[in-house]
Amino acid sequence: MHIVVAIKHIPSIADELPVRHNNIDFDSVDFVLNEWDEHSIEQAVLIKEAVGGTVTVIGVDVIGELDNALHLALAKGADRAVKIAAEEPGADSHQQAKWLAEAIQNMSPDLILSGVQASNDLDGQLGPLIAAYLDLPYIGGTSAIEVTNGKAMVLKEFPGGIGMRYEIALPFVAGVQAAPKPPRYAPVSKVRQIAQTAKVETIEPGEGESGGLRFLKMAPPVVTGHAEMIQGTAKEIAARIVELLKSRGLL
Amino acid sequence: MAPIEKAVAIEKENVIVDGMDISGPWSRIFEQRTIFDYTPELIEKVASIPGAESFANCYQCAKCVAVCPVDVVGNYGPRKLYRYAQTGMDLSEAPQLWLCTTCANCLRVCPKEVNMVRIMPAVREQAILDGKFVPAELQQAFENTAKYGNPLGQPQRKRDAWTQNAGVPVPILKDLGRPVDVLWYVGSYPSYHPRGIDAACAAARIFNALGIDFAILGKEEKDDADSQRLAGEKGLFEMMAEYNIATFNKYEWKEMVVTGPHELNAFKNVYPRYGFSRPVVHYTTFLVRYLDRLKPLLKHPIHKKVTYHDPCYLGRHNGEYEAPRQLLQAIPGLELVEMPRNRENGFCCGGGGGGMWMDSFTAQHTTMRLSEKRAMEAAATGADILAVACPFEVSRFEDAVKSTGNEHMRVLDILELLDRSMRGDVEI
Repeated sequence: MHIVVAIKHIPSIADELPVRHNNIDFDSVDFVLNEWDEHSIEQAVLIKEAVGGTVTVIGVDVIGELDNALHLALAKGADRAVKIAAEEPGADSHQQAKWLAEAIQNMSPDLILSGVQASNDLDGQLGPLIAAYLDLPYIGGTSAIEVTNGKAMVLKEFPGGIGMRYEIALPFVAGVQAAPKPPRYAPVSKVRQIAQTAKVETIEPGEGESGGLRFLKMAPPVVTGHAEMIQGTAKEIAARIVELLKSRGLL
Repeated sequence: MAPIEKAVAIEKENVIVDGMDISGPWSRIFEQRTIFDYTPELIEKVASIPGAESFANCYQCAKCVAVCPVDVVGNYGPRKLYRYAQTGMDLSEAPQLWLCTTCANCLRVCPKEVNMVRIMPAVREQAILDGKFVPAELQQAFENTAKYGNPLGQPQRKRDAWTQNAGVPVPILKDLGRPVDVLWYVGSYPSYHPRGIDAACAAARIFNALGIDFAILGKEEKDDADSQRLAGEKGLFEMMAEYNIATFNKYEWKEMVVTGPHELNAFKNVYPRYGFSRPVVHYTTFLVRYLDRLKPLLKHPIHKKVTYHDPCYLGRHNGEYEAPRQLLQAIPGLELVEMPRNRENGFCCGGGGGGMWMDSFTAQHTTMRLSEKRAMEAAATGADILAVACPFEVSRFEDAVKSTGNEHMRVLDILELLDRSMRGDVEI
C-alpha cells in the first residue's frame, strides 16, 4: 500500500495580503501548509496505521521553504518526503498539478490524496487535475477513507448534512475535506529532530506550460459601504428601522 | 531470655465468649495494611523520566495538599498524585497530568523537595512525545506559538499595532539604530489582548513620563514560550528561545524590562541554560527604583480600597513581593488591603504551567476555576479594585468577577493604576 499525499505551500492569510503588480507580493508574505493538507496527511497516516504501507508526501517548493512542512509531515508519520524545486510562488493549481502528476506517475501509488481545496485559489482543482493527468478516478469532499483488500470505503460529504458511502477500487485520487479525526499534534522537538536527520528528495519540475488562469489584474476589494449602527432608545431605534424599511419599499 | 512471641490474628468462623455469640464478618484491620497489595511500578515509571526523579522522594506527609490551590477546587496535590500512582493511576495518561499550574506552593513546604515544577513538564513532555492525550485547547496554543509566534494565533505583523493607541512615542529598536538603556519586552498578551494592550499603553506613558531611554522589538518580538515549556513542549520552547536570544543579542541595551512574570522567569532563570545571561527585571522591580521621580507624577488620588494578587511567577518563583506593594502605596488616597493568602502563600490564578490555555479542560475536573476562587477571596476583603502584575491575570480575573457576581470589583494592572493616577482623566 503506497499512499501519496500532494500538498500545497500557500501564502498565509493571517497577515494582510500585499498586492504588487498583478499578483500577491510574495516577498512580503509568509507561506504555510494548506489547512486541508493537514487533514489529507492525517487521513494517509490513519490508513497506514490501519492496514500498513508507506506514505509519501510531495509538494511544489514554490518559495524554497517547503522543508518545514515536509518535516512536519514526517513527524506525523509520513515515510518519505519529496519536493519539486520550482521556486515559482505564482504557480497556480493547474501548473502544480502538472508537475505533481509527472512526479507521482513514477511512484506507482495505490492511493493519492490532496486537500479538497486551498485558501489561495479556492478552485479545488489540484486533485481532479492530477487524476486527469494520470487517468484515474477522482472523488472530492471525503470525510473518511478506509482501505480493505484493494478497495476503499469512502465517506463523501454533501451539503445539508448528507453523507454518502462509496466503494472504489484502488488506485484513485481523493480530495480530502476532513480526516475522520482532528490532525494529530507533532511535538516541535520531534520535528526538529527529523529536520536534522531526515532526507528530503528533490526533483526538478517538468518542462512545458499547463493550462489555467492568467492574472490580468489584482486589487484589494474596494470598500463601497458599511453597516450603520443605529443608536438611541428602543423607540428611536424602532422608528429608524421602520423608516429604513419604508425607504426601501419593504413596508 | 525467652523469644518474644508476636501476636497473630486467628480467623474463626464462630466465636463464643462467656456464652455469648460474637461472630461477625472478618475485619481487614487485623491484617497487613492494604498498601502491600500495590506495587511501586507506576511511581517508578514517573520517577524514571529525567527531571521527574523527585516524585519518588514523597513520604506522604501531605503538607503539599494543604497548600495546593487545585485541591481547594478539586481533589489534588502531589501527595495525592503519589497515592493515585500507588493505587493504579498512570500519570502520563491521567487527566491529573494537566491540572498542576506549577505554582510552586507545594515545593515551598515540601520537606523532601518533591519538585512538581520539574516533574510536571518532564512527564507532560514524555506524554506528548508518546502521542498520549493532550487537551485540544493546549494543542491549539502550541500550534499558534509555532506558527504565529504567539499563543493567541495573532499575526506577527500586528505585534506592534498597539503602539498607535499609546499616545506617546514607542521607539522600535530596529528603526532607532542606536543603543538604548532599556529593552522593554512587551509580551504576547500586552501586545494583542485588548485588556493587555491597556497595560502596555499605560507602561509606555509611564516610561515616557519618567524620561526612560527605552525601545521595544516591535515586529521582531516573539513569545517567550515558558508556559509552553511547563506544559510539556520543550522543543517548542527551545525553538523560540533560540530565536529570541539571537534577536535580543542583535541590539545594544543595558537592561531588559518585562511586563510579565512568566517572561521574567524565562529570560532570567531558563534562557541562561541556552547561553543568554543579560540583566532582566520585572516592571515592578524596575519602576520602584524610580519611586522618588514617580511620586510627584502621581498627582491624582485614587480613593479606593485595593487588594493585590501576588503572581506565582513574580512572588514564589522570583521572590518579588514588595515592589508591587510599594508602587500601589505610592498612589495617593489608595488603601491597600491584603487577602488572607498573600505573598509566599499567594493563591494561584490558574494561568501558569499552561493552565492559561486549558480552562475548558480543567473545568471538567474541578468545581470552579482557580481565578474564580481567588476573585471571591479578593471580594471578601471589601476591595473596590483587584490589582494585578501579570498579563495573564487581567482577562482571567475579569471573567472571574463576572462569573462569581463580583462585577463591582474592577481588575486593573498596577501599570493602569499608576497611569490613571498620573493622568487623572479616566474614571475608575
